[in-house]
Amino acid sequence: MYATSYHRASSVEDAVRLKSANEEGKYLSGGMTLISTMKQRLAAPSDLIDLRHIPTLRGISIDGRKVTIGAATPHADVAASRELAAICPAICKLAGHIGDPHVRHMGTIGGSIANNDPAADYPAGLLGLGATIVTDRRSLSADDFFTGLFETALEEGEMVTSVTFEAPEKAGYAKFNNPASRFAMTGVFAAKTAGGIRVAVTGAGASGVFRHPGFEQALASNWSADALSNVAVDASNLMADMHANAEYRANLVKVMAKRAVASAG
Amino acid sequence: MGVEGIGARVTRKEDKRFLTGKGRYTDDMTVPGMKYAYFVRSPYGHAKIRNIDATAAKAMPGVIDVLDGKQLQADGIGNLICGWMIHSKDGTPMKMGAWHPLAVDTVRYVGDAIAIVVADSSGEARDAAEAVVIDYEQLPTVVEAVAALAPGAPQIHPEAPGNLIFDWQIGESDAVDKAIAAAAHVTEIEILNNRLSPNPMEPRATLGIYDTAEDHYTCYTTSQNPHVARLVMSAFYNVAPENKLRVIAPDVGGGFGSKIYIYPEEIICLWASKKTGVPVKWTSDRTEAFLTDAHGRDHVSKVKMAFDANNRITALKVDTIANLGAYMSLFSSAVPTYLYATLLSGQYAIPAIHANVRTVYTNTVPVDAYRGAGRPEATYLLERTMETAARELGVSPAELRRTNFIRTFPYQTPVIMNYDAGDYEASLNAAMQAADWNGFAARRTQSEAKGKKRGIGMSCYIEACGIAPSAAVGSLGAGVGLWESAEVRVNAVGTIEVLTGSHSHGQGHETTFAQLVAGRLGVPIESINIVHGDTDKVQMGMGTYGSRSGAVGMSAVVKALDKVEAKAKKIAAHLMEASEEDIVIENGELKVAGTDKSVPWFQVALASYTAHNLPSGMEPGLKETAFYDPSNFTFPAGCYIAEVEIDPDTGETDIVQFVAADDFGNIINPMIVEGQVHGGIAQGVGQALLENVQYDANGQLLTASYMDYAMPRADDLPSFTLSHQNTPCPSNPLGIKGCGEAGAIGSPPALINAITDAIGHNKLTMPATPMKVWQALQTAH
Repeated sequence: MYATSYHRASSVEDAVRLKSANEEGKYLSGGMTLISTMKQRLAAPSDLIDLRHIPTLRGISIDGRKVTIGAATPHADVAASRELAAICPAICKLAGHIGDPHVRHMGTIGGSIANNDPAADYPAGLLGLGATIVTDRRSLSADDFFTGLFETALEEGEMVTSVTFEAPEKAGYAKFNNPASRFAMTGVFAAKTAGGIRVAVTGAGASGVFRHPGFEQALASNWSADALSNVAVDASNLMADMHANAEYRANLVKVMAKRAVASAG
Repeated sequence: MGVEGIGARVTRKEDKRFLTGKGRYTDDMTVPGMKYAYFVRSPYGHAKIRNIDATAAKAMPGVIDVLDGKQLQADGIGNLICGWMIHSKDGTPMKMGAWHPLAVDTVRYVGDAIAIVVADSSGEARDAAEAVVIDYEQLPTVVEAVAALAPGAPQIHPEAPGNLIFDWQIGESDAVDKAIAAAAHVTEIEILNNRLSPNPMEPRATLGIYDTAEDHYTCYTTSQNPHVARLVMSAFYNVAPENKLRVIAPDVGGGFGSKIYIYPEEIICLWASKKTGVPVKWTSDRTEAFLTDAHGRDHVSKVKMAFDANNRITALKVDTIANLGAYMSLFSSAVPTYLYATLLSGQYAIPAIHANVRTVYTNTVPVDAYRGAGRPEATYLLERTMETAARELGVSPAELRRTNFIRTFPYQTPVIMNYDAGDYEASLNAAMQAADWNGFAARRTQSEAKGKKRGIGMSCYIEACGIAPSAAVGSLGAGVGLWESAEVRVNAVGTIEVLTGSHSHGQGHETTFAQLVAGRLGVPIESINIVHGDTDKVQMGMGTYGSRSGAVGMSAVVKALDKVEAKAKKIAAHLMEASEEDIVIENGELKVAGTDKSVPWFQVALASYTAHNLPSGMEPGLKETAFYDPSNFTFPAGCYIAEVEIDPDTGETDIVQFVAADDFGNIINPMIVEGQVHGGIAQGVGQALLENVQYDANGQLLTASYMDYAMPRADDLPSFTLSHQNTPCPSNPLGIKGCGEAGAIGSPPALINAITDAIGHNKLTMPATPMKVWQALQTAH
């Protein structure tokens, strides 16, 4: 790791100020990607602005069916929230299967979506739920937030403060692990929301997380795994690597979509 | 016997320090003035070095020096060597290219060491390494063995035209060809044995300390055989004479073969310590381990197996190409020859066998012995062929094996080995019973009802352990003898130190070796210390690999104990005025048989050192040394059965049961043996389902971290069902055969036989990843 300066932000304002004062600095949340990358000398931020100690950024609040999760809430808290499980068990299940126990206790929802790893779970969950991502300066829909591989709509210095969503009528998540990293080689989140059916796919898209209109249309008329059997999955926009070629990923997208719908009930 | 002797499940003495974080590994060693090394390594698979400019690096903070290969060469440090001479079938010796510890003019794989940076901290050393400017001229690369032999392939070493190191054969080619021509059935199959990275939990590390006053070197290193390291560094690399070089391998966190070899870093850190005047420590990081630890396997073979009308094997013909990487590692030549082709008879009476083996240079990290070393390659080849033959012949795989089992011993195979004892059918029967083989059809029906594919497969393996009779291996080209030494040192109050040339890096020698002594003398296990891993303490040794420590290392302890006991009996007889022949040793006492006269062990020990009252002419003291040279290999064998359920939607394989029935000869500690089998099977599951080293066409290692190299984890494995059908080994005093590698040898073919049974055809290579299994199922449709 190259030398870096560590700052512990006490508030969102403090964090934003520190970031603007250090152009080559980076926000640090759980650090589950950033610290590893720095250890491999693949990233060299001049400063780290630690967000984990900002009290307002952590916690889950539920108002009726409206859910708000603070950006610095670790995956383990989401996985273990009974209140959340009562209205949206799928997101708890998703959080409970990210990485390993160490990752789940350090990694945060805000860090995960700001990084937007194409094989991360949360982008599929939030896109599938039609969530809103709240930053220090605005609110963005998930459809607008995730823009590409490790790319988001976040501007320079902008930080995620929370995510909000309306608990769906039904939702399910199914993923198939990469045998080595155990990131999602394909993960599908399917939800029946107030705004319609949404199916989001992670781990498979050549441009990162994406919605699958074919699945959404089929499920709109018939919410069942069988409804997906005859929907084609185009392999041409899918990732290919040594673990899975595009054709196999296309198969996994359909199999996981069916399992996600089946698990939603 | 007893609760602490041979056969007892004694908990491991060494575990207290390991489990409480008190182990002392090489990286834990700190000496005054110690500095840190970082290696500049080639980023290219093949390139000429035009120029190395370390000016900027040397000026960086904390940097003591930057040293390169030309300086190393100028100081007379020798090239790395392969210690086993193999001759091609035309009589020419193997064509070994030069391996400079630091590359001088050419780099041949990504990770090839070029320069060492010594600095106050490891971070500063790494910073400076990035500032070393090297002008490369890139050369074409080749990473696959078959491609490296093709006309026009990039030439890697001038010494080896066409990249061919040797073209070796064993057995009778004519007899095999005749039998194939006359066969009722010939099974033909192509076998790929995937390349593996060893991944011991502790990465390699070394600390080189040069003492100016004494002109003496101390090398702490992660070695399975510190004495061999000292011998090789003295005799071949000119680091220092043996009396001026101490090698210490303290606690070592796993080796699996990869820590047998003497690597460039040990030599360079010793030399750099003298050059810079400071002790120099280097610890590999995990990616460096993937890039530079010797890999295992990587064979491509064509097989023909001939049968007569009664399904008896009449001949086996094997043509293998083995990838040895960019340089010949220490025992690399022995692995695909005498550790491989000599096991091609398996458990079967095969009248004629011929194997041809070509070894090849490629732009990849050197390949050498990895848990099993040659024997997994032989077993996988043979047991996949047997399974395929059974399917083609329409007989059950068990029946085909029974028809061909060797049943009388000793049995001379056509490929050197002389099997001394075994009962292959006993293990086959035990495994089939434990697996409820006959109930498989019903279980398959249940799986099919759930939409799953179920398969079952077996593997009957044999291996040669306890390497090895020194004269025999010497005649086959080995540069060393493969005996072992031991010293049993009884202290004046009766406590005991056993000094052994074996080295424990996970095997539990501190427990099992102590069990042997506790059982023999009837003294508490706590009164026995096992000393190993230090050339200044232990007289000599050949180290631990090839499942040899029990069969060879403990046999040396037995010989030394015999001498100690004989002397103790003489003293006791003298003290009790009895006849030496009437003395027996029991429960920590020397007794006169048939009487109530006895003298405690500690009193005999004390008497030997006070020397007030010893038999006339006897030397004081009670300590004896022995060297044991085995008279034969040992032949552990067994039958493994794997049963799998495959999800046809994803290709995911679930191992629903795994049965291992092994013949290890006599067992010292069943708990430790079970642990060895568990670990071995886990590595076999890794090879069969998960692990695969992959390079791209430019020689870049694609699987250089755990993000891409899939290791087996607890939830990839079922609970294992183990049993033993032991026939004692007749060639060593304890009847031990060895158990360290069996799991890794026997399990891959059982798993692939099970998976191919489930998918209904044979077109599948290791590792059987979900994608490959899914693809195979699409072909089947």
